[in-house]
Amino acid sequence: MTSPLFERVRGIAENVLKLPGSQITAQSSPETIASWDSVQHLNLILALEQEFGCQFEPEEIDQMNSIDRIHSVVQNKLNHGS
Amino acid sequence: MSSGTSAMALSQSGRLNVAELRQEIDRLMERGEATRASHLLSELWTKDNTVSTATFIVSRYEQLRPKLNLLPYRMAILRSFTVEPIVPLLRAGSFHAGIDLTVHMSDFNAHVQEILDPKSSLYGFAPDVVFLAVQTRDVAPELWRDYADLNSEQVQSAATRVVGDFRSWVSNFRARSKAHLIIHNLEQPSVPSCGILDGQVANGQAVAIQQINRRLQALAAERTGVYILDYDSLVARHGRAHWHDERKWLTVRLPMAAENLNHVAKEWLKFLHPLTGKVAKTVVVDLDNTLWGGVIGEDGMAGIELGTEYPGVYFHNLQRALLDLHQRGILLAICSKNNLDDALEALKNHAGMLLKPSHFAAMRINWTDKAENLRAIAEELNIGVESLAFLDDDPTECQQVRSQVPEVFVIDLPSDPRGFAQAVRESPVFERLVLSEEDQRRGAIYQAHRDRQELAQTVASRDDFYRSLQQEAEIAPLTKASLTRIAQLTSKTNQFNLTSRRYTEQQISEMVSSPGCDCFSIRVRDRFGDNGLVGVAITRFEGQRCEIDTLVLSCRVIGRTVETAFLSFIADHARKLGARRLRGWFLPTTKNAPARDFYASHSFTPLEQNGKGILWELNLSQVPVSCPEWVKVTVRNGDR
Repeated sequence: MTSPLFERVRGIAENVLKLPGSQITAQSSPETIASWDSVQHLNLILALEQEFGCQFEPEEIDQMNSIDRIHSVVQNKLNHGS
Repeated sequence: MSSGTSAMALSQSGRLNVAELRQEIDRLMERGEATRASHLLSELWTKDNTVSTATFIVSRYEQLRPKLNLLPYRMAILRSFTVEPIVPLLRAGSFHAGIDLTVHMSDFNAHVQEILDPKSSLYGFAPDVVFLAVQTRDVAPELWRDYADLNSEQVQSAATRVVGDFRSWVSNFRARSKAHLIIHNLEQPSVPSCGILDGQVANGQAVAIQQINRRLQALAAERTGVYILDYDSLVARHGRAHWHDERKWLTVRLPMAAENLNHVAKEWLKFLHPLTGKVAKTVVVDLDNTLWGGVIGEDGMAGIELGTEYPGVYFHNLQRALLDLHQRGILLAICSKNNLDDALEALKNHAGMLLKPSHFAAMRINWTDKAENLRAIAEELNIGVESLAFLDDDPTECQQVRSQVPEVFVIDLPSDPRGFAQAVRESPVFERLVLSEEDQRRGAIYQAHRDRQELAQTVASRDDFYRSLQQEAEIAPLTKASLTRIAQLTSKTNQFNLTSRRYTEQQISEMVSSPGCDCFSIRVRDRFGDNGLVGVAITRFEGQRCEIDTLVLSCRVIGRTVETAFLSFIADHARKLGARRLRGWFLPTTKNAPARDFYASHSFTPLEQNGKGILWELNLSQVPVSCPEWVKVTVRNGDR
């Protein structure tokens, strides 16, 4: 689970959600992390777009509701991206 | 920590990547090393301008804030779109510039209510600056989306309505707030509704929007403290086709793509720099591989690259960018490790040189270290080192300056000289919102200053020197034309400034319209040229007393008895209006020692002292203040 890609995603979440990395797990989601509100969610999506040089579709953004799911959407995007 | 160790640690950090920098910053913060941590935060921001890094930087600065000397500033954003993700980028950039920015955002699309309601959260926030960030598609939907439905009359009336809306927002805002107002102008659509036909007709979609923008500019120019942000050009500069992310607009009302967020933040910062005074008055440049390609001492006149062809044209372009700065009042200086004769030969005689020796207000061409030379240049030009920007292709020199004189603003040059000119043009420390006549003539003024110093060395006595200057002073009440310069003098002058009270144009206009308050400016010419408008006095009457609220004189003319001539005028003015006593505070700062003995040396006596300063008084009926015989004074009537 702790692939380099997963660590990059976690590192970004750590910064944007202002939490130490140890508190962020694959299961972390807006339900389990208080600072993960809608503004921070948008910031997180934008930070990921900047990091990976891509733009997410609205459907993808809907799915990105936990660290684990974000990781798989990003992975898909990178594999099937341009 | 000795400066040597700190320089070493800094150059080591140059090899750290972004993740390592973050760890190092947190380690330094745990150890309480605030200054070092803030240096590394700056380095991190220079390396990585992303939302993720911005959030990290903001959270760390919020902890370091009490230990750093940051300037607090309040900015409100009235908006018709989502700006939340831009705010951390803007605040990180502000911290990097030494500004602790507090941001208030209006409710989404509530800019009209916020402006019109005097009790709105906008006014409650008490902003220093307000950005009105609205888009064409929100304020002129008919011109953005439905343009093809309109006949030319309807296009005109839509444009008139839009400008009328802005006009009423601005008037209402001004009636309720003194804050600066920055208005985003309107962008054109990337593809016009009627395709290439739009270029053929007189009333095309693009033309209609450009006309609105021209009228917005005129609207801003009529007012004090209202400025235009050319949003249309900003979008065009980064590519209209790549600016938007329609998905984000439709889902979260964020119009621009993630990669463009920082372009907006940077554009906002370009306004914050001049508004907060975080600007460079002088740019100090290196020579070899900066002003020209190659090393003059080795390659010689024929060997260095400089001219209108590749590759010398990159250096030519940089010189053009520096010349542009010179034309708007930013002084140029040279700091180079070279043999003086080699360098001067190139400066004077190389055919590709756009800049001539007369463009430089100071030169340090020697083998001394650059930090020391920069301090000497600041001293020679009578400005603080924090007013210097430094331009050098050599990263080691830049790093040395960063660690030895951290107040100096070091411009980051790319490794390829192709990007040099743009790095200078995009640097926020050279931005100005107003350009006074003095700004444009500053270079020539400093040349005259050097001539005067030479004269001082040739005449026998001090009085002979004053006489030989043939000074003429012209004193006038505040006029609309002099307002910008007067406000600039009160806000920028540090040395000969008795009370250091900083005023905006707006505040000065208001003070002067209250009874008993007067504002005078003084302009000084001598045989070497016109120094321009160099001093301001603001006086206030209370019964038989006249108090000098503000007395400011530019360092260009200090020590040539102009201050005595000005005081003599103020004393006459006070006497004429029936005052018996003339008073004034001297409020010491770290920089205004040149004004400390001013009142004492003109026979004022100390009246009162508190923790802030000393109040001095002169009995006007007993002690005259005579004007020096060598200053010829004329007094003009104002246009008020």
